[in-house]
Amino acid sequence: MPQLVSHPDEVRVLSRRFGQGAADIDKYIELDGYKAVQMAIEKGPAQMASWIIDTMKASGLRGRGGAGFPTGLKWSFVPKQSDKPKYVLVNGDESEPGTCKDHVIFLHDPHAVIEGTMIAGLAIGSKMGFIYLRGEYRYLLKMMEKAVADAYAKGFLGKNIFGSGIDFDIITQTGAGAYEVGEESALMESLEGKRGVPRIKPPFPAVVGLYGGPTVINNAETIAAAPHILLMGGEAYAKLGSERNGGTRLFGISGHVERPGVYELPMGYNLKKAIYDVAGGIKDGKKLKAVVPGGSSCPVLTPDEIDVGLDFDQMGKAGTMLGSGGIVVLDETVSIVEFALRTIAFYQHESCGWCIPCREGTDWIKKTLTRVHAGGGNKKDIDNVQYLAENMLGRTFCPLGDAAAMPTLGFVKKFRKEFEEYIEGKRVEHPLIAIKPMGELIGAAH
Amino acid sequence: MSEVANTIFSPELAARFDKLVTIYPLKRSALVPMLLYAQDEVGYISDAVVTEIAQRIGIYELDVRNVLSYYSMLRTRPAGKYNVQVCTNISCMLRGGYELLDHCKKQLGIGHKEVTPDGLFSLEEVECIGACCWAPAAQVNYDFHDNLTPGKMDEVFAMYREGRGKDVK
Repeated sequence: MPQLVSHPDEVRVLSRRFGQGAADIDKYIELDGYKAVQMAIEKGPAQMASWIIDTMKASGLRGRGGAGFPTGLKWSFVPKQSDKPKYVLVNGDESEPGTCKDHVIFLHDPHAVIEGTMIAGLAIGSKMGFIYLRGEYRYLLKMMEKAVADAYAKGFLGKNIFGSGIDFDIITQTGAGAYEVGEESALMESLEGKRGVPRIKPPFPAVVGLYGGPTVINNAETIAAAPHILLMGGEAYAKLGSERNGGTRLFGISGHVERPGVYELPMGYNLKKAIYDVAGGIKDGKKLKAVVPGGSSCPVLTPDEIDVGLDFDQMGKAGTMLGSGGIVVLDETVSIVEFALRTIAFYQHESCGWCIPCREGTDWIKKTLTRVHAGGGNKKDIDNVQYLAENMLGRTFCPLGDAAAMPTLGFVKKFRKEFEEYIEGKRVEHPLIAIKPMGELIGAAH
Repeated sequence: MSEVANTIFSPELAARFDKLVTIYPLKRSALVPMLLYAQDEVGYISDAVVTEIAQRIGIYELDVRNVLSYYSMLRTRPAGKYNVQVCTNISCMLRGGYELLDHCKKQLGIGHKEVTPDGLFSLEEVECIGACCWAPAAQVNYDFHDNLTPGKMDEVFAMYREGRGKDVK
């Protein structure tokens, strides 16, 4: 069971109910649960949707899955009139390496996800929401299923919710192991009972989504923030964060830190402080070597680059991304070649094979880095890796190709010397990844 | 009484499937969950499972196999009673995921995707399981074990050997 952590610099909005037994519906109600959705309904049918969307826009909340798209704006894109039913789809397929924030939301505050789904439904005029959890999160799916059943039993879900005359149903869904399904269009394919391959855009899901109907797809953390935002007001929420980056977010700090954990920090909080103060600094007093700041797909930062604010814009300026908020900290003992190899091996395994640049690019980068790691690389290998990665960027249906290419480019550009040392025969003494003859790894299905 | 005569599933699971295909706007949305729940009961996706699920949803067996081959948790061969899944992705790797995997290989005497001769354990190296802040982590079937060390892993093995392990389904 994941341990809860805390730090004085935390601003608890989303994590306000963590550790208080809010998975129990009565406890959740006692802690202001299902108040926000009732507030929205009290605005009346004419005002409700616009009030929700305006509040969400004012909050400055941006998509917590990693893309950082403004949530209120996304909801406003859904056409008011539609021949087909509209849907809300909650993305809890959390699979980005370094990310475990949705895990704690489902565990400690499942009703916030339900209430947020209802709010999104009211905002776009949908009668049905889906909460999709990755297959590995079975115990959390059980908790969500129980929470949904409890909400039905109280009459919060189903016909005529809170006397509004509006019906709203929620279905919980399990995945069965696929990183790619965390991409919104692949997620819809999976929910329609198909292989999780991405769809081309446009049309965007807000127009043609699940079952061909207009669909809003949000990360579970984004959805869970909605009730809090309605309760406290959009402006108040926005003020907690930095410019154009409203509110707080859950940051999962992992790797070589003294106190790894999921912390709720204001948007724009300094990354260096997050590592050294909040997470207690580098484990066992070692030196920092590198930071992967927002899940494995974000380009790496060196120690002199981490004095930067944790929001979408500042991280973008620093040449990386805020991503999913999963901060992975590497100490001086880590071999970047090994780390890059492990990262690309993941993307090679998870590439769905739909787009050739991603399928072939991840495979050849993995093969080349395997050779470099084994000490059999030649000087052209580093340039080849860079060339392959650069040619994957922007050439695929979904961002998985980019997610594999961007960190690879970061490692190769910022730590080129280390790759050269491997090629010159200076390998690490105690490799973490078993060094195998080339043939075995290339032939092996992971 | 199940919608499907001569169902291969338990009455409980058959009833669950009868309902599951009715709740979605399209029946086929039940496919991925059905495959996983069938695997939980049968142990793997056998030919008979494919046949019955295709029949229940009203799609070709080929469609079922097409989806089946995509998802990494679905398997077409039996695993051990307790499937040990060790994460070696970045956050776990940094905190001893590979040492843990090697330890499991040694203790169980099997490699990746192999089953012990008594059928009790199988071992799998898996990608990120979403327990990065409690690394290194592993799952035994659906049960999470966090902040592991080789010593703690031995306790986990002992727990399951003695039938004290949680079997989350």
